[in-house]
Amino acid sequence: MAEAEQKKEFWRWKEYNWHNPDLDWRVGKIVSGGVDVGSVSSQAVVMVDGELYAFASMRTGSDSPSSAENAFNWAVEDTGMTLGDIHYIVGTGYGRVNVPFAHKAITEIACHARGANFIYGPGVRTVLDMGGQDCKAIHCDEKGKVTSFLMNDKCAAGTGRGMEVFADLLGVSIEDVGELSLQVDEEPEPVSSTCVVFAKTEATGLLRAGWSRERVLAAYCSAMAHRVVTLLERIGVEPEFAITGGIAKNVGVVRRIEKELGITAAQTSYDSQIAGALGAALFGRALAQKGK
Amino acid sequence: MLANYGYQDGSGDFFITINTDRCGECQAKGCAAACPAGVLEIMEDDYGDVVASVREEHRKKIKYSCASCKPGHRGIHPEGGSEAGPPSLPCQTACAAGAIRHSW
Repeated sequence: MAEAEQKKEFWRWKEYNWHNPDLDWRVGKIVSGGVDVGSVSSQAVVMVDGELYAFASMRTGSDSPSSAENAFNWAVEDTGMTLGDIHYIVGTGYGRVNVPFAHKAITEIACHARGANFIYGPGVRTVLDMGGQDCKAIHCDEKGKVTSFLMNDKCAAGTGRGMEVFADLLGVSIEDVGELSLQVDEEPEPVSSTCVVFAKTEATGLLRAGWSRERVLAAYCSAMAHRVVTLLERIGVEPEFAITGGIAKNVGVVRRIEKELGITAAQTSYDSQIAGALGAALFGRALAQKGK
Repeated sequence: MLANYGYQDGSGDFFITINTDRCGECQAKGCAAACPAGVLEIMEDDYGDVVASVREEHRKKIKYSCASCKPGHRGIHPEGGSEAGPPSLPCQTACAAGAIRHSW
């Protein structure tokens, strides 16, 4: 039992798929797909005439082509759909050039802006994508076209991977990190915001000094928020402001970003993690219409 | 579009910003050829505009890639020895549209 607990992967987030049983893809005029092969997670989205039909979100494997294929197959599981039924597929993310069945590759910056426009509505002007191993600050217009962007992918600070490291260090399920980090009476000083390795070392020292897990998580979430806010400030924040990517689900980071910026992030019922693949599918639809 | 290429780390912010609206209107696009380190390239962006961008392989090290052109820098001369960097950045001098900006 003790050994099983030691081996528990606290960083492991929920992988899942979904399709709309009320939508018959066979009667659709344009079926488009988007596959986002990220450094940590892969998503596949299928849209029918511009409406979300199916998606899957899973961990990226050791090679991009298999990850893309697995994500797509899982998205269309039990739908009767095959690759041949999709008119246009766009690949995006780090592995975008290694999606063998994609008709075109488009950067995740353009796809996230387009996806956020769909998920959060045309009022969104600033998108913060907090991905597995990078962070992007994007400005876009009412159509979801990028007007300015900035990306930081040199280190894991301010990314989902950094959060996974902390979940493992503290033995807290990654899905509980955000809520737990808010259970502090007073906000502690943030740990190092420039390097996950340094932050982890610092956090270990704080635990040894008697800090509670909640307090350490608060210090890390605060550091992470500060890190991305400095990035956002380089391009400026224009309302409405939206967050995409897995970290958008971490309420501890989101609340602290909101507090630092003095602005509330837009809400959605969609999964913020599929924004890139969704944007890719929307590009696919537009390109299919143009016959490209 | 303002495309920011580069990174932020413990030593500072290192970004090259390219105003693609201005860049797209420039016919000459002499910046890529003017860059002695081969940092810039001309490519088609996601919206079909042909513009300059920072090559992928330089995006995480532009502080170093661009160092030899920064005023006052004593870089290594390609033919041996060392010399001071040029007084102004070759990419910016070659950019007639004024579309290139460095953050450092």
